[in-house]
Amino acid sequence: MAITYDQGLSFVQGFGAAIAENKAYLTQLDSEIGDADHGTNMDRGMQAVLAKVGSLEGADLSQLFKTTAMTLISTVGGASGPLYGTLFLGLGTATTGKTELSTEEWSQALDAAVQAVRARGKAELRDKTMIDALQPAADALRESAQDGATLEVALAACERAAEQGMQATIPLVARKGRASYLGERSAGHQDPGATSSWLLVRAARQAFTADT
Amino acid sequence: MKKLINRVEDVVKEELEGIVAAHSDLVRVHFAPNYVVRADAPVSGKTALVSGGGSGHEPMHGGFVGMGMLDAACPGEVFTSPTPDQILEATKAVSGGAGVLHIVKNYTGDILNFEMAADLAKADDIEVEAVVINDDVAVQDSLYTAGRRGVGTTVLAEKICGAAAEAHASLKDVAELCRRVNANGRSMGMALTSCTVPAAGKPTFDLGEQEMEIGIGIHGEPGRERRALATADEVTEMLTRPIVEDLPFKRGDKVLAFVNSMGGTPLIELYIVYRALARYLDGVGVKIERRLIGPYITSLEMAGCSITLLRLDDEMTRLWDAPVNTPGLRWGV
Ligand SMILES: Nc1ncnc2c1ncn2[C@@H]1O[C@H](COP(=O)(O)OP(=O)(O)OP(=O)(O)O)[C@@H](O)[C@H]1O
Ligand SMILES: [Mg+2]
Repeated sequence: MAITYDQGLSFVQGFGAAIAENKAYLTQLDSEIGDADHGTNMDRGMQAVLAKVGSLEGADLSQLFKTTAMTLISTVGGASGPLYGTLFLGLGTATTGKTELSTEEWSQALDAAVQAVRARGKAELRDKTMIDALQPAADALRESAQDGATLEVALAACERAAEQGMQATIPLVARKGRASYLGERSAGHQDPGATSSWLLVRAARQAFTADT
Repeated sequence: MKKLINRVEDVVKEELEGIVAAHSDLVRVHFAPNYVVRADAPVSGKTALVSGGGSGHEPMHGGFVGMGMLDAACPGEVFTSPTPDQILEATKAVSGGAGVLHIVKNYTGDILNFEMAADLAKADDIEVEAVVINDDVAVQDSLYTAGRRGVGTTVLAEKICGAAAEAHASLKDVAELCRRVNANGRSMGMALTSCTVPAAGKPTFDLGEQEMEIGIGIHGEPGRERRALATADEVTEMLTRPIVEDLPFKRGDKVLAFVNSMGGTPLIELYIVYRALARYLDGVGVKIERRLIGPYITSLEMAGCSITLLRLDDEMTRLWDAPVNTPGLRWGV
């Protein structure tokens, strides 16, 4: 089973819908250890993306992801604008010319994208950032794909790993981003960026396993 | 939420419309992307200074655009860094052929967006240097944090470097001077109340009647620790001691003392703080040569203050005294 352009589009749209639905929740998480704008930032960006991507005539997956990236970079601001922009740019660069993706190709694209986010933000695992959800998700997807798992099974493992990574940020003391200014006081709170990243991975699973 | 606004979505746009309505002799405003430039930009042959950051810190940065200070400011949404395309367009609009200095406060969002903008500007053959301001002693500068935040020293760096650029110092020299100001400036802030980001609709944190936050930044975020409310003299010492010990400021040093309101604290209280600061510094033999007192780098309506000390040398003092003509700072003109 391959991932089609329409499924790619419904992934981007599903992520936008999930952000809109969880806007207040993400901002609430950011008010505990940040500056109370993560949900607002991401929703502003994804609403702009939603206004654009529905009408991309004859685009391939790469163009879809790059348009998403450039829109996020130019509308979000904050730390998450360049970081999610870089993530989608990574997906776009890894899928040049593709109208369909195999499980391995999606895994390679996610790997490249997470690598690019790490290069831009210089965050490591357990720094209490979006990397704590994204890296385990990319790892789980790659391992499942290598084991020959079906797309459904691989995506489910990917989503589970992101959710666990998100939850594992709760006890951590932040070492990157605004939350790091709080020192020990950042422990006991779930990272907002890891939460939006789990929503992204969940949107991918939902879109890529649905019939279109 | 009680605020003098019309619609939450329009706060930044309408503020900029107000600035241009009030100060069109000093600045021009470009919308979508949003940026403020001095009225006579680009000034040919002059190193251009561009800064920016989230809105909500007024008069910083838009109020510091004009002769002798910034060439452009890029306001983001409230407490959210501006975007790379905004910074790029502002950079192009003020580039006068002698290069552009980006003065960036050390926040992950500001760093990432200014980095992307600088890459784009270089692709357009504009020479860009960035200097990062990180003067907040409340944050440990270690591998375990995003590094010290940029706070009060930013205002002083923009004034001092703006004067140097006005006198046609080269990009390299203005950047060097900016690093020197940053290296000699230290700040710390405190909050008596939280503040409400318009889009969030409720205060970012709750502070009890008898509590205060010590070591806050400028984005309504909680500080390093919560303490029982204390007197102005005690609070001034809590802020000043770590500043003095950090650089350290030594007997015989000459300083610029900057007592800043976070937005909600009135001048009557700032002067009580200044009184305590002057006594403290007198006690350790540090001489106040220049001072700035008022709301210059704010956090919406937050009550509280920050103290910044900048160790001056003769060049910095001279550049501080040089004429400046902006909506937020004006003298010598
Ligand atoms: N260096 C980094 N690398 C990866 N992710 C990061 C980094 N710094 C912060 N983040 C993520 O960004 C999230 C915060 O995003 P948000 O949109 O709130 O931006 P911000 O830090 O508040 O910036 P700004 O104040 O400029 O808006 C954090 O929860 C964290 O997951
Ligand atoms: Mg935030």
